[in-house]
Amino acid sequence: MMKWESWSAFWSMDGAALFVWGSYAVTALLIAVELVLVLRRRSDVVRRLARLRRAAPLANGGRRTSEEIFE
Amino acid sequence: MMNTSSLSQKRTPKSILRFAAPQMFYPLAGTLAPWCAGIAAVLTVIGLYIGFFVAPTDFQQGEVYRVIFIHVPAAWMSMLIYLAMAFWAAVGLVLNTRMSFIMTQALAPTGAMFCFLALWTGALWGKPTWGTYWVWDARLTSQLLLLFLYLGFMALTQAIEDQRRADRAGAIIALVGAVNVPIIYFSVQWWNTLHQGASVTPTGSSMASTMLAGMLVMAIASWAYTFAVVFWRVRSLILERERHTDWVGAEIDAQEGRS
Repeated sequence: MMKWESWSAFWSMDGAALFVWGSYAVTALLIAVELVLVLRRRSDVVRRLARLRRAAPLANGGRRTSEEIFE
Repeated sequence: MMNTSSLSQKRTPKSILRFAAPQMFYPLAGTLAPWCAGIAAVLTVIGLYIGFFVAPTDFQQGEVYRVIFIHVPAAWMSMLIYLAMAFWAAVGLVLNTRMSFIMTQALAPTGAMFCFLALWTGALWGKPTWGTYWVWDARLTSQLLLLFLYLGFMALTQAIEDQRRADRAGAIIALVGAVNVPIIYFSVQWWNTLHQGASVTPTGSSMASTMLAGMLVMAIASWAYTFAVVFWRVRSLILERERHTDWVGAEIDAQEGRS
């Protein structure tokens, strides 16, 4: 803590707390949301494609079936 | 003898271009993404430490200027990502390579996020320094247009059923919209804007060196974050688009066995 006299001085940002922390909080929130969405998309895709493979186990033979289920 | 050696060279291309094939890029992206994420996390901690505990109070603005450590990196990334999308769109239109359209698609949501953050943090910075959250000056208006371009790209490519047509329509938005990026960058020189001019240019900086250091570390962290998220998103897009191939089938089986 070389710069700030106390933690409360740090959090109050000399009166600019709303603007500074409002910026950082929304940034952190959006990054968290994006990470969750990206990871969830991955597990959704894997699960959906796995279901397709069980529905049409004949490698490429089940092309039309998988197309129907996917869309 | 010479013939055989040239043949075997052809069979094993060592060129970096082999990663233009989705099957080759998929594992590469999977290897690189966690490293990029780790670098982003470490640099964010360092950047925030410099920004909040080393960089001095601004003699004019006081503490509110500390918004800069996200505002400027976010604004830079929003422009750079759009240019990257335009680049891949051009490559895709000219060479008709599958990976380039996947890249364009994967970049857009992260670009839109940074664009929104640049506007949001800018509004919160504008209120105490200019007395207003928003003003229709050239810099702010062109940045808002960039957000609409991102959203338009995503809406359009999702609305068109046929993948090839969606890719081409999206590529045209990406290319035409790229004209807006230099307009954003130079708007503070070309017009009288409330927004200040560039503090950091290729020829130098007008900021205290620790402020600049904090900002640059955060900018590199944003790069690393973008690479990580885009690589992860690319992997899902590849699986979806290549779902009829044998290698994706094998990959899905492997993932299933793991869970």
